Formats: sequence, C-alpha cells, structure tokens
Amino acid sequence: MHLEYNVEGGDFTRAGYASSQIKKTLKQLNVDATVIKRVVVALYEAEVNIVAHAYRGVIYADINGAGIQLRLADEGPGIADVDMAMKRGFSTASREVREMGFGAGMGLPNISENADNFSIDTIVGKGTTLNIEIKF
Amino acid sequence: MSQTTYHRALEIMSDICIGCSHCMKVCPTEALRVSGGKAKIHVDWCIDCGECYRICPTRAIRVMDDDFKHIFDFKHRVLLVPSVFYAQFDENISKEKIYAIIGELGFTEICAVEQSVDSLLDEENEYLKTAVKPAISSFCPSVIRLIQVRFPSLVDHIMQLLPPIEITAQYYKNKFKREGIPENDLGIFYLTPCIGKIAAIKSPVGGYTSPINGVINMDFFFNKVFLAYKQRIPITQTVKVSREISSKGVLFPTTGGESVHIEGKTLAIDGMANVIDFLEMLENEEIEGMDFLELRACDESCAGGILSHRNRFLMANSMKEYACKMPVTHNLTEDYKKYCSAVIHMEKIEPRSMVKYDRDIEVALKKMEGARELKLLFPGIDCGACGAPSCEALAEDIVKDQADINSCIFLRTLYEKRGEMSLEETIAIMENIWGKDRFIKKK
Ligand SMILES: Nc1ncnc2c1ncn2[C@@H]1O[C@H](COP(=O)(O)OP(=O)(O)O)[C@@H](O)[C@H]1O
Ligand code: SF4
Ligand code: SF4
Ligand SMILES: [Mg+2]
Repeated sequence: MHLEYNVEGGDFTRAGYASSQIKKTLKQLNVDATVIKRVVVALYEAEVNIVAHAYRGVIYADINGAGIQLRLADEGPGIADVDMAMKRGFSTASREVREMGFGAGMGLPNISENADNFSIDTIVGKGTTLNIEIKF
Repeated sequence: MSQTTYHRALEIMSDICIGCSHCMKVCPTEALRVSGGKAKIHVDWCIDCGECYRICPTRAIRVMDDDFKHIFDFKHRVLLVPSVFYAQFDENISKEKIYAIIGELGFTEICAVEQSVDSLLDEENEYLKTAVKPAISSFCPSVIRLIQVRFPSLVDHIMQLLPPIEITAQYYKNKFKREGIPENDLGIFYLTPCIGKIAAIKSPVGGYTSPINGVINMDFFFNKVFLAYKQRIPITQTVKVSREISSKGVLFPTTGGESVHIEGKTLAIDGMANVIDFLEMLENEEIEGMDFLELRACDESCAGGILSHRNRFLMANSMKEYACKMPVTHNLTEDYKKYCSAVIHMEKIEPRSMVKYDRDIEVALKKMEGARELKLLFPGIDCGACGAPSCEALAEDIVKDQADINSCIFLRTLYEKRGEMSLEETIAIMENIWGKDRFIKKK
C-alpha cells in the first residue's frame, strides 16, 4: 500500500499529522505494538525536521507484509555535515524553535536507532531525502 | 456478528428498537450497525461505555444487571453503595432515611464502596515508586477496555491494583469469615452507576475472580427507593450501617478525587473524547514527565455515569458538600491494610486489539487497500443511510463481506439513473437495511 503526505515548513501545530495517520493504519493492520512505536518515533522526528529545518516536503510510505519503507523528500537548505548532524545533541535549531520544545538534537540519532535501515541523501542549497526502513 | 467470551453488559431489545441509528453515531469504537431495521452490536468491539444506552430514545438497550429477587438467596445481604448514589437525592432527604428504606427493601447491611479508598491510595503511592510511567488508574472499567481494544500498546501503563469496589468486597468476605459466618450465607451486592462496572465484575481482567454475588442497577434502585420514600412505607426492618468513610472516599469517584492524592505530576481527564485524545498523544510518546493519569470515561466522572439520572454538575457539587462534613480519614483504614493488602494486586492486563480486517497481514493489506478504493466512490458525508456509522466503516464492512456496495443510497441513485438498477431493487435494499414496516405511516 502506498501513502503520501505533504509537509509545510514552519507549521509546527500540524507536525505529527503523517505519523499519526500512519500509526492508525498500522494499528488497523494489527502490526506489533513495539514495531508501531518505532515507526511512529522515527517518522515523527523526520517529519518535525522538515517543519523545523526545511521549506516543504513530501512523505511517501510503502507498506507490505514484510515492513514499511518511508521516504521523506524535502526542499530546503540541505545538511552540510551529515556526520555532525547525526551526533546526539547537535542542533542548529534557533532559539524560537527550542522554546517550542523542539531542537534537542536527538532527532536523527533517534531515527537511526529505531530504523532497520536508514540513509540520508542531501544536497546543500537544494534539499534532503531520508530513507527509513522498518521491518515487521 | 461474532461470538465472544466476554460478559455482555448490554442487550438491544429488538422488539423495542426502532432502528433510528442514534446509537450507531455515538459509539466510540464504531461497534454498532443497523440492519433489518434494528441496531446490532459487534460485541468484540464494544467497550461498555454506555454511550448508546444514554442516547437511545426508546430505551431499547437493556442493562444486563441481576434480578433483584436474587438477594433473598442469602441470609446476610450486604449492599455496597457508591457515594454517587446519595448524590442522586435532594439534599433535604436525610441519609438515615435512605438507609432505613434500603433495609426495608431487603438488605441487612450497608457499606460505602469507597471505604477502601484510604488504604488504596497509600498502596497506589507505594506502587507508583516502581511502576511504568505514567501509570493509568485502574478505576474506570470503560477506560481499561478502551485501552485493551484501541490502545493495546499502553496496557502496561494500567495500574495493577484492584479498584475500591473489589477491595471493599474482599474486606467484607474476610470480615464475615472471621465472624464465623458460612460463605454461602453471605451475599455481597454492588449498586452500580455504570454498565462498565457490570462487565468488569462479571468478567474481570487481570487474573481475578470477584467475590461480588450480584450487581444492581442504580437507575432501577433509585426509583425503588424514591417510590418507597414518596409512599412513606413503614419501616419494620433494622439494617446495619457501616458508617466509616472519609472525605477522600466520598470524592474518589469525582474528577480529580483520585489524582489529587497521588504524589508527583498527575492529571485528571474525564469524558470519552478527551480520554481518547490524550491516549493518542501518550501512544505517540508526546507526553513527557507525567507520573499518574486519572482517566474517566464519563464527563464529571461517575457523577456522569449512565445510570445516574440527576444533573452531573449538581451531583458533583452534592458530593463536595457531603465530603466537607466527613473526616479526612476513618477508623477502619488500618483494618483494611491488615486484611486486604495481600489481595489488592492484580495481574497484567492483556490487550484485546480489535481485528479490523484480518489477522494475516497480507490479507489485511489487500482488504485495507480495497476499502480505501471503495471509500473514494462514496460521497464522504457519513450520512449513515447505509446502516454503517461512516463511509469508511461501510467500505470496511464491504471488504469483509458484511455489507454491499449498493447499501450506499447515493450510488444506488446513480445506478438507477444509469438504468443498472430498478426502482424496486433500490427500495428492497432500503427495506433490508431499515426494515419493511418503517415506511408504512403510523397514526
Ligand atoms: N530535513 C533537514 N533539512 C535541513 N537540515 C536538517 C534536516 N534534518 C536535520 N537537519 C540538521 O541536522 C541537525 C540535527 O537534527 P536532529 O538530530 O533532528 O536535531 P534537531 O532537529 O533537534 O536540531 C539539525 O539541527 C539541522 O541542522
Ligand atoms: S456501550 Fe459504548 S462501545 Fe459498546 S456499543 Fe454502546 S456505544 Fe459502542
Ligand atoms: S467514569 Fe465512573 S461511571 Fe463512568 S464509566 Fe468510568 S467508572 Fe463508570
Ligand atoms: Mg529534529
């Protein structure tokens, strides 16, 4: 099954919509609760990153009997130093974003921890694409 | 509809049901459908919240309580009364009068359900030291069932301690045993403000068997007591009243009455929709640093229970006023600790996730995709004319072979226009869903 969701940069109040929709779908499919939890955490962090750091993006989800493939493609500044960005606690988030409770620098490490496969393709000045796979 | 091993707390009486579909529209788990002009419950999805009962205009939904006469099977007949019961009455009807009438109606002893609350609250604070956080109160049975059915990943958060009614019942059982009274002579009855409690007592969760012999419907019993009061029936029987109850106990079934005594960061949330919203957030791990959640299915908690008839705000207020007159703790608290702390724990509660499509994920995926495609054909206005609560629910029913695409009144009209269906067929389907006699005008 294929699902798609648009994400707008800066729209924090709607952040989490895609992850809650996908959670609902996985629950209806009776996917194991701990697996759902991992999907929700990884997807939520990736979704918030588009909202916090990029201009706009699209989330593509493909679900089959073996697992879920997520692709999050955004138009945005891209990530200059991916290794640095992957470090726990590293963040370029503005003070305003931090005050909203985001920007603790734990997003990318959390995604990596919860995913079975995870890759980042990024071009500075153009955008970032995350590929996340979680097996059922 | 499917079979279940769970006790059914509700039954739709087909002869009274007019198939108006009001219940179908309020059910939080979409467990109701209309066919043949009658509402039907999908038992496995029902969480006993009673929203359908509350809204039914013809009182076609029956609460599966116990026959009152059953109390006379026992020599000693104890009635456990929740504090919401007294709040049903006008303030100028004294409690003494109500006790006397309850005795006259057949009970030999009366005790407050919430007598066990003081010791339970201590146990809760102790339990929370090592519990999965935030711990969710085990008090409201509809919330427990909601979590089992709709939030299976959160069952570990449900506090593994028995609710006050079970602890008080255990205390009585033990007390009579100590007094040398044979077990068969003792009947413990519970006066319930909600149907969730009926199901919880008849088929309890967490590896537990209840000592309660019968459950009495508060709505029914209020009428019985009030009638006796109005008719000034003479009092010929004596009844023993166990008067020990604290202000904590009186207020425990009201919103905040439990969480206020729990150490740490706590929240009290009442009302089914509010509870569902919050559990969604908890499931998404959006809630941080919370220690305890008091979640109650009814607005204003048990003051808004479906078997109480008085306005819930007035009731909650009466309970507050009553609590002001009561001591902060009572004399039996130590006794409760001594005799009940061994039985207060229950086992882990198992999830009961509702199988939406199929247990096999490949099959489920196919059906889900089919339902999504079907949904696009429907107008998306959730009119309910098909006998399902929403276009989405109809699509799901169709892929499970439990409904037909022609059930949609809009599609039927289109098919008719295209000449693919006759007017007679369209009407036959309508009668299939809503009943044949429905369109015969009654005087
Ligand atoms: N989609 C993205 N576009 C641009 N930069 C990003 C994106 N996602 C992450 N980053 C960069 O990586 C850093 C670390 O991300 P993350 O671990 O999620 O922490 P946080 O979002 O709390 O800053 C961010 O501060 C940001 O500089
Ligand atoms: S009791 Fe609640 S869950 Fe059960 S059928 Fe009625 S409205 Fe639905
Ligand atoms: S809030 Fe009280 S009355 Fe309502 S369902 Fe829960 S326990 Fe029953
Ligand atoms: Mg982030």
